[in-house]
Amino acid sequence: MVKNIIMAGVGGQGIILASNIACGAFLQAGFDVKKSEIHGMAQRGGSVVSHIRFGDKVYSPVIPSGGAHIIVSFENMEFLRYSGFINAGTVLILNTRKIMPPAVAMGNAEYPSDTIDEWKKKFACVYEIDADKAAEEAGNIKAAGMPLLGELCKVLNMDKNIWEDVISASVPPKTTDVNIRAFRSGF
Amino acid sequence: MNKIMSGNEAFARGAFEAGVGFVSSYPGTPSTEITEFISKYGDIVSEWASNEKVAAEAALGASLAGRRAMTCMKHVGLNLASEPLMTGSYTGVNAGLVFIVADDPNMHSSQNEQDSRNYARFAKVPMLEPSDSQEAKDFTKLAFEISEKFSVPVIVRSETRVSHSMSVVSLGEQAEIFKKDFEKDTDKWVMVPANARRRHRAVEERLKCLQAYSGLLAKVEKGEGGYGVVCSGVAYQYVKEALPDACIFKPAMVWPLPMKEIAEFARTVGKLYVVEELDPIFETEIKAAGIDVEPLPRDLCGELSQDAVRALFNKELPETEEVCSELPVRPPNLCPGCSHRGIFYAMSRLKLFSFGDIGCYTLGLLPPLNAVNTTVCMGAGVSMAHGADRATNGDAAGKSVAVIGDSTFLHTGLAGLINSVYNKGVSTVVILDNRITGMTGHQPNPASGFTIKKEPAYAVKFPELCAAVGVKRIRVVDPFDVEECMRVLKEETEAKEVSVIITNRPCIFADRSVIKPSLAVNASKCTGCKICTRLGCPAITWDNSARKASIDPAMCTGCDLCMKVCRFSAIEKGEGRHG
Repeated sequence: MVKNIIMAGVGGQGIILASNIACGAFLQAGFDVKKSEIHGMAQRGGSVVSHIRFGDKVYSPVIPSGGAHIIVSFENMEFLRYSGFINAGTVLILNTRKIMPPAVAMGNAEYPSDTIDEWKKKFACVYEIDADKAAEEAGNIKAAGMPLLGELCKVLNMDKNIWEDVISASVPPKTTDVNIRAFRSGF
Repeated sequence: MNKIMSGNEAFARGAFEAGVGFVSSYPGTPSTEITEFISKYGDIVSEWASNEKVAAEAALGASLAGRRAMTCMKHVGLNLASEPLMTGSYTGVNAGLVFIVADDPNMHSSQNEQDSRNYARFAKVPMLEPSDSQEAKDFTKLAFEISEKFSVPVIVRSETRVSHSMSVVSLGEQAEIFKKDFEKDTDKWVMVPANARRRHRAVEERLKCLQAYSGLLAKVEKGEGGYGVVCSGVAYQYVKEALPDACIFKPAMVWPLPMKEIAEFARTVGKLYVVEELDPIFETEIKAAGIDVEPLPRDLCGELSQDAVRALFNKELPETEEVCSELPVRPPNLCPGCSHRGIFYAMSRLKLFSFGDIGCYTLGLLPPLNAVNTTVCMGAGVSMAHGADRATNGDAAGKSVAVIGDSTFLHTGLAGLINSVYNKGVSTVVILDNRITGMTGHQPNPASGFTIKKEPAYAVKFPELCAAVGVKRIRVVDPFDVEECMRVLKEETEAKEVSVIITNRPCIFADRSVIKPSLAVNASKCTGCKICTRLGCPAITWDNSARKASIDPAMCTGCDLCMKVCRFSAIEKGEGRHG
């Protein structure tokens, strides 16, 4: 059995770090793990997506269509781009923070709020978090990926100590406490 | 010990475990991180070269001097490095020499999707193709052994889904830096016709030996389906997932292909299929060897996936929701505070045609700036502007500029500028000097003042360099002084000789000290004229209901450009600090 997780968001939101931490936790928990992402121009506000797969044996590094067990959306609308991966059992972990796409920022398009509400109904379960606020309360808004990882760890019913060990090993030592606090706020 | 690694980290680890002594590369997505990981291994001499040809030649020299050497590049980088590869195939090597070349099927961040396997065939050198990070490490080590065993440069082909995927790798021991004696062998290393004729025969003989060796490296996996599939690289992973009942023939060396073994496999499986991305290289070669291949309606463009393989074999696809379309897109954009934005805005206001180049500034093509009109290959903008200028007797030069970054100019732009001056052109070249190679992740270059290992280095001075090749009109401008940029652009495009305009602001990632407290819109002064939104700054948002602009303090770098273009002084110093 292979579990498939999509992490989606906007360049600069720390998706690559968060997905690396998730992979590290799955490896520690004894699974085979693969991850694939497109990060050629990730720092420039473009859409970023990371495919994470773990199980006894994983072949393809990308998730098949309709194959997502969980989508972690680091931004309020970004999960919509990966609607082709949703099935009746898919769980959505959603950061309610909005980042305006350029056309919306220029006043030439609307932020798709109605579409978001409509699509949320298609998930088996939706967990909403204001991850930026949770991270800010933990001490640094830049740690906004951590509450989402906390929620993910909980949804997967995994040992949170493994995740906290991997987080400690992955972030700059000065920021460990803030990141762990932010992670726990989502757990 | 097991570790989860990207393909790129695993390539570096493989070279480290093989005792590589010298690595020289030019950055290019998706290959860049290999050399960055190498630079963290203290004993290995590593360099960012000025271009891929220089890097490959430096690696060839290191091999001659008796050290295992490697050069890493993206697929189009090999076009430039093909010159030392083609004749390096004839000379052969002393210590092992490995080229890692990363293709980009589907062009996630490239200008074409050429298939590098063609180069192995063209240069008559062996090519290995790993399918995950473990093989990336193992095949890199193997490549050094093959290189020495057959005295040949070896290409290891990667691609985006190998370089930028992560999977589990079992780590080995670091070897001592490998050392052989410096080789002085004139017949081998001086490719004058008399020697090269002999070497060509040796190359053809070598290819036969390599083909036999290729058979030893191939893997056959049994299946119950009564059919066989030849596949390698990441396509192998897709086949394993999509067709669990297939018999599989997986060559490790994809050039030369082990044809005897493939023929044997074809006999045992009955029906033979080939699954490969991009060019039908395996298919053509296998058919040419007289082996029957079952047809598949494969697309020659883009990348495969397990879904695509299932579809090729008429397997059932999972049911999915209808895809949500018509979402506002998020194309990569010039960063808030990007030093290119001001002069692009000036160019856009003057409606200048711009011969662009490869780098972050290619993103100037996006609305609302619409400031880039061509992008072909590294350095092309300068020479294309010259051709357009000369062919129209100066008409084109009056309304166009070439735009090129510092790293790209030193890569292949300088030769074009020398040519423009020598051939009496009148074109205008804008060098966007932001002190760093931005698009690939802020690597230093010969104008940055430091090396890959962060040691201080001489920084090329563009005004002196351009003066030395005969440019008389050289202007240095602040790219955020829009009025000055417009005046200088106008003067220089009108001038009847070659001009160079050099911008002088660093990338916000090259010099973090340029980041200032964020700005804010004073709503009582904002008239809703929308001029600030024409800069295309990601930090500026238009609120349609309030008919006012606003600035996201978390994104704003306080660059002041929007303050300069606002005619109502509605943008003021804010209170928030950047991130």
